[in-house]
Amino acid sequence: MKTPARELTYAEAIREGFAIALERDPRVLLMGLGVPDPKGFFGTTLNLQKQFGADRVMDMPCAENGMSGIMLGAALNGLRPVINHQRLDFALLAMDPICTQAAKWSYMFGGAMKMPVVFRMIIGRGWGQGPQHSQCLQSWFAHIPGLKVVMPTTPHDAKGLLIAAIEDDNPVVFIEHRWLHHIKGEVPAGHYTVPIGPARLAREGGDITIVAFSYMVLEALEAAEKLAEDGIDAEVIDVRSLRPLDQTLLLVSLRKTGRLVVADTGHSTAGMAAEILAIASESAFGSLKAAPRRICFPECPTPTSPTLAAEYYPRAGHIVAAARVVLQRQPNEDDLLIPAGAELDKPNPAFTGPF
Amino acid sequence: MSPTTDNAVSTTTEVSVRLLESMVRIRMVEEAIAAHYPEQGMRCPVHLSIGQEAASAGACMALRPDDLAMSGHRSHAHYLGKGGDLKAMIAEIYGKATGCCHGRGGSMHLVDLKAGFVGAVPIVGSTIPIATGLAFADHQLKRDRVTVAFLGEAATEEGVFHESVNFASLHHLPIVFVCENNLYSVYSPMSVRQPAHREVWQLAAGHGVTARQGDGNDPLAVYELMRAAVAQARAGRGPVFLELKTYRWREHCGAGFDNHIGYRTEAEYLTWRERDPIAIFESRLKESGEFDALRDAQFKSRVESEIAEAFAAAKSAPFPAGSTLMHHVYAAP
Repeated sequence: MKTPARELTYAEAIREGFAIALERDPRVLLMGLGVPDPKGFFGTTLNLQKQFGADRVMDMPCAENGMSGIMLGAALNGLRPVINHQRLDFALLAMDPICTQAAKWSYMFGGAMKMPVVFRMIIGRGWGQGPQHSQCLQSWFAHIPGLKVVMPTTPHDAKGLLIAAIEDDNPVVFIEHRWLHHIKGEVPAGHYTVPIGPARLAREGGDITIVAFSYMVLEALEAAEKLAEDGIDAEVIDVRSLRPLDQTLLLVSLRKTGRLVVADTGHSTAGMAAEILAIASESAFGSLKAAPRRICFPECPTPTSPTLAAEYYPRAGHIVAAARVVLQRQPNEDDLLIPAGAELDKPNPAFTGPF
Repeated sequence: MSPTTDNAVSTTTEVSVRLLESMVRIRMVEEAIAAHYPEQGMRCPVHLSIGQEAASAGACMALRPDDLAMSGHRSHAHYLGKGGDLKAMIAEIYGKATGCCHGRGGSMHLVDLKAGFVGAVPIVGSTIPIATGLAFADHQLKRDRVTVAFLGEAATEEGVFHESVNFASLHHLPIVFVCENNLYSVYSPMSVRQPAHREVWQLAAGHGVTARQGDGNDPLAVYELMRAAVAQARAGRGPVFLELKTYRWREHCGAGFDNHIGYRTEAEYLTWRERDPIAIFESRLKESGEFDALRDAQFKSRVESEIAEAFAAAKSAPFPAGSTLMHHVYAAP
């Protein structure tokens, strides 16, 4: 008899991943401003302090840089810390410990030490997050050898990659998108890991490859549905690991479709989408039937007002329109229509703010 | 030869003699680096501690071998004081496969885990939080161990210094911050960096930790300050900050002298030369009858051979093979 599938939200899946990691290994430690607070970090750390104690699920001084360095020392001396940032923008205060210390530690000391630390950061979006609460700088971290960088999209991968990150002996940057926290999906109970590295085939198709990152995978899947209405069969790849980056799945898909659209939460210049295009042109040049396209943020900071934000964030329709260009089909003005009553600055109708 | 790192020394005379020997050994190693540096075999920056040896000798003498230490760009003295392997250090400066980082670090990245020297990096202040994290883990895991963060006074201008001391104070972590105030950050004097009406140690005192100031050129004074500091930290009575006034003799980076370039005066340098921690301490021991000329001569002769051996071994050791370039980017599974 088959057990019925168990559904959790992405936030619940993160919380469950933490609980399992804390339960299995007494060296695991959660640190972060607000980690034990009543709101539980968007529900992802709810009641963990009650369950595991104040010395394992810890609040901290408002000192992202120093506390990140302190977690590196803790990692070198027998703990397996996760430092949590409610917004990626705060983690930027800690670029030295992340990129110049943690990422180099194994290499520069000739392999004498391991650095099992997780830097968890959340990308904000909508409801006026604005210029300093919604930066998508995954490419900064993915640029650095010595780091591993993951951006899970599904609740299943969120839990499995979180546990894998905590169990990894290297520094891992774990990036969540705020608009994924309420998404539901099948999540196995108990301990499991999703290996850091392989991409995920989110939808099989033969006409065009859509490579997407984090929240944009959801928009890409919606785009694929819209394209299907026009008889176009899109393949969607979820690049859940940015470093190491799985080229195999991408190249197999490109050799099949010969057409590529990349959708990233981030700017196009020197971004992850550019990296995907580079891989395509270096390793699948002969397979490409048309010039690929990128769907990225405009080259300006994130605005706050809902009208500007609506203009700023690309949607499924933008991916559809790009796909038509790559497929050398006629453009369709309806692609970018916004349905009446749609509130583009909210992750879901139930959301009422404040962050 | 094992340097000091042992606080179970029986008599005060033995303490004093070992302090002198520790300083002499550090001085001799660094003088040898300075002598060989023009040969162009050591192809990395070197930051010598000549003139500042008392801080390392005094601080490390108060530690147990299993206690931990970290340092910054000027770390040779701390590494040697803590018992770091001399051969591995010299080979590392020569960029050889036998170096303590297998040629990936150089002079600014010394490590010897067996000696409890957990590492040094040249980003000013960056090891302060990491050392604090070592102490935090020991505190969490209820281990009986003290960590020393060696830093210069310029590192107290970095935000992470304050973030680390605040956290160490908050959790009563077993750490001692040993700050050598040598008056300059590269060529920038204190007058352009910190207010004259506020002493460096007062910064730490503001975070609610025990903070003391001492003569960084008097190894016995450093040792006594450090012994009390380590005892306090080990007993769980909270961290200690020590400001040790001292002076770098040679150029900021490199083997020569830089008084002529105009950032400090020859007169200031000569005043501090007069306060040579080794010469003064040796005279004191002679006056008190604690100096043993024969032991001193034998010690220096042993260190001379040890240094000659370390340089010969480093020079003849193989460079890391190009094929190992990608090794250790990630931890071995």
